[in-house]
Amino acid sequence: MTLEFKPGSVVDTKRAVRFGAWRVAEYRFYSMSKWMASVIAFGLGNPILYLISVGLGIGALVDANTGGGGILGVPYIQFVAPALLASAAIQGVMDEVTFPTMDGFVWDKLFFAINATSVSARQIADGVMIVALGRGLFTTLMYLGVLLAFGAVPLTSVVPLLLSSMLAAWGWSSVMLAITARLERDEGYFALIGRFVIAPMFLFSGTFYPLEQMPIYLQPLGWISPLWHSVQLGRHLSYGMELADGMFFVHLGYLAIMGIVGMRFVYPKFKERLSR
Amino acid sequence: MSNNVERESVIRARSLTKKYKDFVAVDGIDFDVYRGESFGLLGPNGAGKSTTMKMITSVSQRSSGELTILGKEPNDQGPEIRAHLGVVPQKDMLDRELKVWENLVTYGRYFGLPRKWLKAKVEELLEFAQLTDKRNEKADDLSGGMQRRLAIARGLVNEPEILLLDEPTTGLDPQARHILWDRLFRLKEQGVTLVLTTHYMDEAEQLCDRIIVMDKGKIMAEGSPAELIRDYSSKEVVELRFGTDKNEIVAKQLEGRGDRLELLPDRILIYTEQGEALLTSILESGLHPVTSLVRRSSLEDVFLRLTGRTLVD
Repeated sequence: MTLEFKPGSVVDTKRAVRFGAWRVAEYRFYSMSKWMASVIAFGLGNPILYLISVGLGIGALVDANTGGGGILGVPYIQFVAPALLASAAIQGVMDEVTFPTMDGFVWDKLFFAINATSVSARQIADGVMIVALGRGLFTTLMYLGVLLAFGAVPLTSVVPLLLSSMLAAWGWSSVMLAITARLERDEGYFALIGRFVIAPMFLFSGTFYPLEQMPIYLQPLGWISPLWHSVQLGRHLSYGMELADGMFFVHLGYLAIMGIVGMRFVYPKFKERLSR
Repeated sequence: MSNNVERESVIRARSLTKKYKDFVAVDGIDFDVYRGESFGLLGPNGAGKSTTMKMITSVSQRSSGELTILGKEPNDQGPEIRAHLGVVPQKDMLDRELKVWENLVTYGRYFGLPRKWLKAKVEELLEFAQLTDKRNEKADDLSGGMQRRLAIARGLVNEPEILLLDEPTTGLDPQARHILWDRLFRLKEQGVTLVLTTHYMDEAEQLCDRIIVMDKGKIMAEGSPAELIRDYSSKEVVELRFGTDKNEIVAKQLEGRGDRLELLPDRILIYTEQGEALLTSILESGLHPVTSLVRRSSLEDVFLRLTGRTLVD
């Protein structure tokens, strides 16, 4: 058996070096499609459970005690929706920028194999981000679908809520990816981050009630949380909750800066690590 | 190699150096790899072979010196260079969850190759790697030798100008090694430029037209296997074992026999042009080795001569 071989003439160099990030993403999505059923099951299971628990339970209680007025003029479920969606988006990206990224560097070392092709380290990092955001978007859409089906949010809120959630997902995943890229091995860091960063973030970001309800000395926990900034944006954009002067841009800027600064650390670290 | 001047250099290194903080992994080496040849970097673990390979792969930047690959500068044209390289890493780095054929297609996609073209190419590669009947198995379920062949097939998916292999047969059993050598030999016959690192002398002798022997980041010698053996060893070697305690004592008595004598912990090596004659005369002189053997001189002997150490890690 002889190979047909025309060394150097098959690959179009210009084409090969472009869109590397999308090819990394293409490959990941292809691999993921093999366990699509469980992705969908988890994606749907979570929001349904939350909606039943928060919407039917707490929501009914709050709405009943506010004479049907809900919180800040909207039904409780509509108040909570931006927070649920943003945390879903954050959880979605976390699923990609933690263990699968570690796998690429440490366990199966697939990033090294990819980096041996015309795909650059930077494109691999961008590819991971595309996939992470894709997963975040997917999870958010599932949530949103359930919320819409339950009539919990008006159709007009869909686009603003997607924007605010995905902005949080981007800021968070970029910072998280910078952290993962620095970890030489797992040693339980992801579990710690889940327990001591993500969980408190979920609880102290004005998720279930306005952050102002907290004593002032606890409010800074919300101020530093990307979730809070996203929730504020989401509430403003989806049902017009009032924001103090300039705060719209503060929220937007905070998340954007997280995203940009995170990636500034991600790129050189990916390059350094893949050169070993 | 008399006509190097006319041949096209596809890899050119001058004073190539790689430092990690205080440690110099590659210490100012010069070499050329010419199109169509099979070039070997030989040396023990830690000699700087893999570091050199990483610089050729254009993922690791050199600390100083010059390096040109396919006429390009690896520091800023890494992706353009790698578009025409095939890389077979030491650890196969396959996607163990994907099927054999999927590993090949996904890899081809990184080079921007069209799916339709890849479909046909993959069948060809599977046949070449003798994996056609394993095409639908997960890479994880293949034996070590098959995984290595898959890694080689993967490295060929872009029809590279240079195929780089880092320790291609380390960890494989003898049969798997021979199958692999056969496949690599076929590639060489088709004019693919091969660059491989190895710490196996027999592998270098089997596969390489030209070799550089590396130790501690430096090139100790360069040439074809035959040239190296001729220049740094003798035609034959007599190996004698008298037992661990006695080797040293007997070695003193044997001083002066043959061209050169090496005393190793477990045996004595005597280099000579006429192995059988020397062995006969040693036996006639009343010495009784536990085992004795006359063999052809190999690159192992070259390495021993150059560094005073054996290659076994």
